Amino acid sequence: MNAPTVRIELLEGVAFQGITRRAFLVSAGGLGVTVAFGGTGGLKKALAQAAGFAPNAWIRIAADGGVTLVSPGSEMGQGTMTAMPLLIAEEMDLDWSKVKVEHAPHMPKLYGNPLFGGNMIVGASRTMRGYYEIMRLAGMQAREVMILNAARRWKVPAGELATEPHHVVHRASGRRMSYGEIAGFAEVPADLPPIARDKLKPPSQFRLIGKDIARIDGPDKVAGRAQYGIDTRLPGMLYATVLRAPVTGEGPESIDDAEARKVPGVKNIVRMPYGVGVIASNYPAALKARNALKVTWTSRSKARAYTTDRLLTEYAGRARNLADTGVVYEAHGDAKGAMAKAAKRLTAEYTSVNVTHVCMEPTNCTAQVDGERIEFWAPTQSRFGVFLAAVKGLGFKPENVRINVTLLGGGFGRRAENDYAFDAGFLAKAVPGTPVKVVWTREDDVQYTKTRPLTVQRVEAGLDAQGNLIAFHHRIVSESIYARFAPPAFEKAGGRDLPVCEGAFEPTYGYPNFLLEYLREQRGVDVAVWRSVGGGYTKFAIETFLEEVAAAAGKDPIELRMQMLAKQPRGQAVLREVMALSDWNRKRPAGRALGIAYADIWESYIAMVAEVSVDRKSGKVNVHELWSAVDCGVAVQPRNVELQIEGAAIFGLSGLREKLIFKDGVPQQSNYHDYPVLRGNETPKITTKVLVTNNKPGGIGEVGLPPVAPAVANAVFKLTGKRLRALPFDTAQLRTA
Amino acid sequence: MVFINVNRQERAVDMPSDTPLLWALRDYLGLTGTKFGCGVAQCGACTVHVNGSPTRSCVTPLSAVVGKNVTTIEGLSARGDHPLQKAFLADNAFQCGYCTPGQIMQAAALLAKNRKPTRAQIASHMAGHICRCGCYNQIVAAVEHAAKEA
Repeated sequence: MNAPTVRIELLEGVAFQGITRRAFLVSAGGLGVTVAFGGTGGLKKALAQAAGFAPNAWIRIAADGGVTLVSPGSEMGQGTMTAMPLLIAEEMDLDWSKVKVEHAPHMPKLYGNPLFGGNMIVGASRTMRGYYEIMRLAGMQAREVMILNAARRWKVPAGELATEPHHVVHRASGRRMSYGEIAGFAEVPADLPPIARDKLKPPSQFRLIGKDIARIDGPDKVAGRAQYGIDTRLPGMLYATVLRAPVTGEGPESIDDAEARKVPGVKNIVRMPYGVGVIASNYPAALKARNALKVTWTSRSKARAYTTDRLLTEYAGRARNLADTGVVYEAHGDAKGAMAKAAKRLTAEYTSVNVTHVCMEPTNCTAQVDGERIEFWAPTQSRFGVFLAAVKGLGFKPENVRINVTLLGGGFGRRAENDYAFDAGFLAKAVPGTPVKVVWTREDDVQYTKTRPLTVQRVEAGLDAQGNLIAFHHRIVSESIYARFAPPAFEKAGGRDLPVCEGAFEPTYGYPNFLLEYLREQRGVDVAVWRSVGGGYTKFAIETFLEEVAAAAGKDPIELRMQMLAKQPRGQAVLREVMALSDWNRKRPAGRALGIAYADIWESYIAMVAEVSVDRKSGKVNVHELWSAVDCGVAVQPRNVELQIEGAAIFGLSGLREKLIFKDGVPQQSNYHDYPVLRGNETPKITTKVLVTNNKPGGIGEVGLPPVAPAVANAVFKLTGKRLRALPFDTAQLRTA
Repeated sequence: MVFINVNRQERAVDMPSDTPLLWALRDYLGLTGTKFGCGVAQCGACTVHVNGSPTRSCVTPLSAVVGKNVTTIEGLSARGDHPLQKAFLADNAFQCGYCTPGQIMQAAALLAKNRKPTRAQIASHMAGHICRCGCYNQIVAAVEHAAKEA
């Protein structure tokens, strides 16, 4: 996405703390991202305990010099709670040790992400990409305000002043004034400093960006003080659980709650559209009562036919029927024409079954209803989604909805949903005036997950007589994520499903003729985003298939990639770097092999190498070591980038074996024992090199995942001659016994 | 009413004696540093010490800890400055941080018994703990560093 144009508008007559002030609107792509000067009516609420001076909606300075910065993201482990405010601190020249951070409330006009149409959603690796410039502009503008106030006090031209961390200095007279002192008398000046990109610091002057700053959430996390959604405690709070219908789309037909109501501590039992809620004075009592419920369920749902094996067969049938073109997602040149003329054609099919997030913090949410108002305490990636649950789902007026965002014990896309907020709001309505915390059991979390979709992909390549790749045709059969999750976006995109097709569209490989088709299925099960979404399976298909293409063309697979990246120096660079890092040409011990893969996704570039062995008796694939090289543009926190790549790679390794199998609409797994994720004693050594470039920041929370499966599979081929084409890996075919 | 000793204090808990210790700690005593993860002793997030041994509080009834000493993450050190807590910070051994208290409690029990664990001993001792963010390598490094500190 191109950087939006900054436009400055003056808003007159905005009241803040009884004083009419002006607000400047920094409009990002016309989406109205505000750096509000002195504040708006909404800001007044945001700064409810506003002791101190607020130069804009992101910053509050107390007289003792302590600064509170607003973070617009959700801290689910990726470090945004540190990286976002750090951008302000960089441009404002703050002393980082004096910074505290608060999570933004749901005020999209002030804090929305332009990459989500101005809504407050965290995901798709869009936080740093969306806010990088906004946060810096906010900090730069606040610095100007501090300078103007010092200039007024000292009666010197502002142009003679500079800043050092947390101080304005007048070098000519040797005077210094701390930001705290300035906050004591500061006003928003009448001649507001302009917001101009060319006043942002050049990278050579960065003091915080690009350095490794300790995470602001760290001390509380290691001490056990960190407050996640599930830790919400409010006076008089009740605890709730929901018995959900076993199949998506069903609901209670009849409820016998006589026994359940006898359980000590039970306060209320509530019929819900999709289940039965139990509210009690403590959580174990709620669970006991839930187990005593006798419910019969409707049997009308289409999802009752959702059985994994059947879907794989049916989707594959559709993938093979080339007359069924679905929606053309992207096309360059004439792929079909070139394919017809190709001297050689190769085809392969890839499958991926449903997988789930199993965030360590089980799904939960707390809500309280008072009259017409509702307040949430939500571990959410989507303030917008919680807001929609309240307004569209539960009928509250927008102005009566308040959302407090807690820390998140993992997100990975699960918390971009709002089903937990609907649960909490619905049950809170049943006990007005009393806060209710709904906690899903781990079994609920697995069985009523929103899964990454099951997919079948068909890829076809055409080669000319000289072995040049002249056509690439990629077809993806899948349920739609966007059609349910973001219907307006889906419609606007003409039925193209962006997350489903992620990693397949806008390739940096220079295919002369390219065609990507999306074939939508509607099977009644909710599919959703899961770390890296499409990238997790599309890159698996592309990067393993390309090795087959190279073999058919008689080319070295890395050489082929390099040629196709002739116009992409950043792509070539990560491939070269990872070869050096892994010592690619060094011979490995017998029984070991290296595989490589490349991914261009979320405006970042990565290449990965895996060192692998295969136990031919069991078919088990062992990954001994991983190396990756990543160019994510400006690395705001380089060590954190490495850790994100490593964490996502481990998520990807786990994904080589994860499977949520459906039978007649019901997931067959329920907890970590039968949905085993990767553990520490199975984790290989991982080395990551972050390339330092001054390109604008790309996403880093997910990019470590897509190259894992193809890098490992490419190594497996070298060891066994077998092409893995399924996620999870079909390791049975690797057995020789 | 059940009387239990938590972090060196006698506490009265007004919950049935078959209530898992986890929920008494979290919901009755407000010690929310101990986390609910799976409810079936598969993930380690709820780990506390009972008489010094790492114990999954989600499957331990209150009745089982009467007369014993329970230590939670809140009781591990006065100011969050146990060598492991410092090492987890220094080594970036957390991301979302949700599994962190359980990981630290598990590791603390190891270091209390074995001042010089090998890397393999650490990995094996920590294998019952899931970190979905994937900080496993940093966790092992932190335990190694804390062992050197202690």
